[in-house]
Amino acid sequence: MTPNRRDFLKIAGASALTIMTPAIFVPAWAKNSIVMPPGQGLAPQKALAAKRWAMAVDLTKCTANCADCIVACHAIHNVPEFGNPKDEVKWIWTEPFASVFPGESPAYSGEKLQKMRPPVFCNHCENPPCVRVCPTKATFRRSDGIVMMDYHRCIGCRLCMAACPYGARSMNYRDPRPFTAKINPDFPTRTKGVVEKCNFCEERLAKGTLPACVEACRQKALTFGDADDPRSDIRRLLETRFSLRRRAHLGTGPQIYYLL
Amino acid sequence: MLEKALKGNRGYWIWIACLILVATVGFFFYLRQLDYGLGITGMSRDVSWGLYIAQFTFLVGVAASAVMLVLPYYLHDYKAFGRITVLGEFLAVSAVVMCILFVFVDLGRPSRVMNVLLHPQPKSILFWDMIVLSGYLLINLITGWVVLACTKKEVPPPGWVKPIIYLSIPWAISIHTVTAFIYAGLPGRGFWLTAIMAPRFLASAFASGPALLILVCLILKRWGCFDAGEKAIQTLAKIVAYALAVSIFFVLVELFTVFYSQIPEHMHHFQYLFAGLDGRYNLVAWMWTFAVLSIAAFVILIFPGVRRKESWLALACVLVFVSLWIEKGLGLVITGFIPSPLGAITEYSPTGPEIAITLGVWAAGFLMLTLFYRIFTSVHFERENR
Amino acid sequence: MKNNKWGLILLGLAIFVIGVTFPFWYGKEKTAPPALSLETPEIAGSADKKCVEDKAFMRANHMKLLNAWRDEAVREGKRIYTAKDGRTFEKSLTGSCIRCHSNKEQFCDRCHNYVGAKPSCFDCHIVPAEVKK
Repeated sequence: MTPNRRDFLKIAGASALTIMTPAIFVPAWAKNSIVMPPGQGLAPQKALAAKRWAMAVDLTKCTANCADCIVACHAIHNVPEFGNPKDEVKWIWTEPFASVFPGESPAYSGEKLQKMRPPVFCNHCENPPCVRVCPTKATFRRSDGIVMMDYHRCIGCRLCMAACPYGARSMNYRDPRPFTAKINPDFPTRTKGVVEKCNFCEERLAKGTLPACVEACRQKALTFGDADDPRSDIRRLLETRFSLRRRAHLGTGPQIYYLL
Repeated sequence: MLEKALKGNRGYWIWIACLILVATVGFFFYLRQLDYGLGITGMSRDVSWGLYIAQFTFLVGVAASAVMLVLPYYLHDYKAFGRITVLGEFLAVSAVVMCILFVFVDLGRPSRVMNVLLHPQPKSILFWDMIVLSGYLLINLITGWVVLACTKKEVPPPGWVKPIIYLSIPWAISIHTVTAFIYAGLPGRGFWLTAIMAPRFLASAFASGPALLILVCLILKRWGCFDAGEKAIQTLAKIVAYALAVSIFFVLVELFTVFYSQIPEHMHHFQYLFAGLDGRYNLVAWMWTFAVLSIAAFVILIFPGVRRKESWLALACVLVFVSLWIEKGLGLVITGFIPSPLGAITEYSPTGPEIAITLGVWAAGFLMLTLFYRIFTSVHFERENR
Repeated sequence: MKNNKWGLILLGLAIFVIGVTFPFWYGKEKTAPPALSLETPEIAGSADKKCVEDKAFMRANHMKLLNAWRDEAVREGKRIYTAKDGRTFEKSLTGSCIRCHSNKEQFCDRCHNYVGAKPSCFDCHIVPAEVKK
C-alpha cells in the first residue's frame, strides 16, 4: 500500500489546489460581474472640504472641570462607558498639563498652568505612525488630512495602539453595545475586537456641519478649519498666537494646536 | 513516518495525555474569550499587548535558533551537528506554530485575519512578519521532514533540499529581525526605540533556543534512546554561554545609555522594571530574578569542568531559558507600555483565562514537538539497531 | 481481507452521501420560503414605493451592493449612489435601506434565517426600531 498511498496523497493535494484556484480569483471576477450603474462618487453638495483639516484648542478659554466636548462627542458616536479604566474607550478626554506636554512644565509656572487640563484626542497627524503599521490598511489617511478608521477591516491586532505616541486609541475589549446608555441611531456602534478613535466627525463634515466638540464648547475654545487655507480662522489664529503641539519632535506632524 | 509517533511506552502516553488535556482546557477558555472579548485578559487601554504577544516574541527567538545547528553543519561542515540538525528544524516548526497560534489568540477579530493578505500593506512590519514566519515554517517543515526521511532510507538528501537549507540561514535571522522591527520602529515608545533591539533579540534567541535544544537532547538521551553526542552538546553549551554573555552585555549597554543620558522618558521604563515607579513595582521581583538566574547560568556555563557535568548543564539551561523568558516576555513587551505615552502607570497582570489559553498553546506546541521527536528517535533507533 | 472491508467501505460511503445531501432533501416540504413584509410606515408613506434598485437585482446583489457602498463611502468618501434610474441615495445601511425597511425582523431576518445567513452588519449598524425599545 505504501507507494499507492503516496501517490494518492500527491493526487489529492494537486486536486485540492486545482479546486481552490478559482476561489482565489473569484473575488476579482465578482467585482466585475455586478453591474454598477453610473454616477456614483459624488460628495454631497454641502459637504465641507479642506486640504488639511486641523483644530486649535485655546487653553486660555478652556476651563477646568468642563466636559462639554467630551459629552457631546461620546453621545453622538455611541462611545461606550465600561466603568473601569481597564476596558475604557474614550475618543476625547482631559489630562493634566504635565502629561499632555511631557517635559514642558517648568516648576515655576503658575498655578493656572499647573492645574490646566487640556483636552486630548487623536492628532490626525500628517505622518501618522499608526497608518504606517496597520497591516490591513484599516486605518488610513485621507487626502484632506483626517486619519480614518475602517471598522469593517480592522482585525484588532492593536499595533496601531502601540504605535500611537499619544495614547489616542482605544480597543473594544468587550462588546460595547450593552454599555452604551443612549444609542444615537444616526451613527453605528462598533463591535468588540476593533480599535477606535476620534474621527474629526467626518460624517458631520460630509453633511456640512462642524465637529460635535467644536459646536458643544460653550467657551468657544475649539477652532476647526483648513490649515492650508490662508483665510481660515484657524490659520489666522496660528499666525498670531503661540501654539504647542504634543511631542512634535517625533516627526508625526500632529494637527492639534494648543494655543497658550 | 507519521505512524512512528503512535508507538510509545506508558510514560510517553501519559505525557501526551497531559499535553492534550492542557491544550483542550486552553481551547475551551479560548472559546470563552471569543464570546466575551479580549477583556477576559488582563490587557487594558494602556497595556494593549500582554502575555500572548510576549510569548510570541520569545518563541520567535526559539524558532530562529535552528540556525545555530544548520549553519555550522551545512556551511562549515561541522560534523558533530550532522545528526541533530533535524532536531533544530522540528523545534523551529513547533515554535513557529506556537507563534502563529499566539498571534491568532491575541487578535480582536480573528475571523478577519486573512485581511492581512487580501489587503496587504507592505509598509507594515506585521505584514512582513506574517510572510517570513509562514515561509520559515514551510522551509523547516520541508527540510526537517525530507532529511529525516532520507536518514531513514539511508540515502543522501536530494539535491533540491540543499538550497532550501541554505535559505533557512538568512531566513532565520530575518524572522527575528522583522519581529524586532515591529517594536523598534515605533516613535512613541522610547523603551523600544533602540537600534539594539534586533541584536538583543538575536542574542537571547541564540541563548534560549540552543538551551532548550540541549535539554531536549539530554531528555532524549535519558528516555528516547538517542545520544546526540558529547561533542555536539558541549558545542551547543558553548554557543549558549557566548550568546548569554552577549545578551547580558546588551542589557547592561542599554542601562548605561539610558541612565548616563538621564533622559527622564527613557529612564522611567527601566526604573519601573528594576526599582518600581510611583509605588508600582509589579515587575521588580521578576527582573531581579532574571538578573540573578542569568548570572548564575553564565557562571555555570563558563567553567568547562562544571559545564561537562550533565546535571549542572541541565540546570544552567533551565536557568537560561527561564531568565530569558522573563526578560524577553515580561521585561520587554509589557514594559514598553509602562509608563504610557501620557506618563500614566497602568500595571498588568494576566488573568486566569489568559494563563489557561497561554498554557494551552504551549501544550499544543510541545505536543507537536513530542510527536516530531518521537518520529525522529524512532527512525534513528531503528537505523542504529539493525 | 479486501472482501470484508468492501462492505464497510460501501456503508461508510452511503452514510457520507446521505449526510452531505441531507440539507437538500430533508424538510423540502416542511418549510416554505418566507413571505417578506413590506408593511412599514415609511414604505406606506412613500410616493413611488421603489427600492434603490429593482427587486430582482436587489435579491441577487444586495450584499455586493452593500460591500461596494461600504468601501466607497468609508474608504473613498464617496457617499452618494446614483441608481440605474437616476435617483440618488446616501450610501448608508441604516440611513437608506433600514429607513424604509425598518421592520428588520419581518423583512431581512426572514430570508436570512431561512437560508442560514448570519450577516454581522447589524452588530454595528443600528436598526432604530430595535434601539428605541
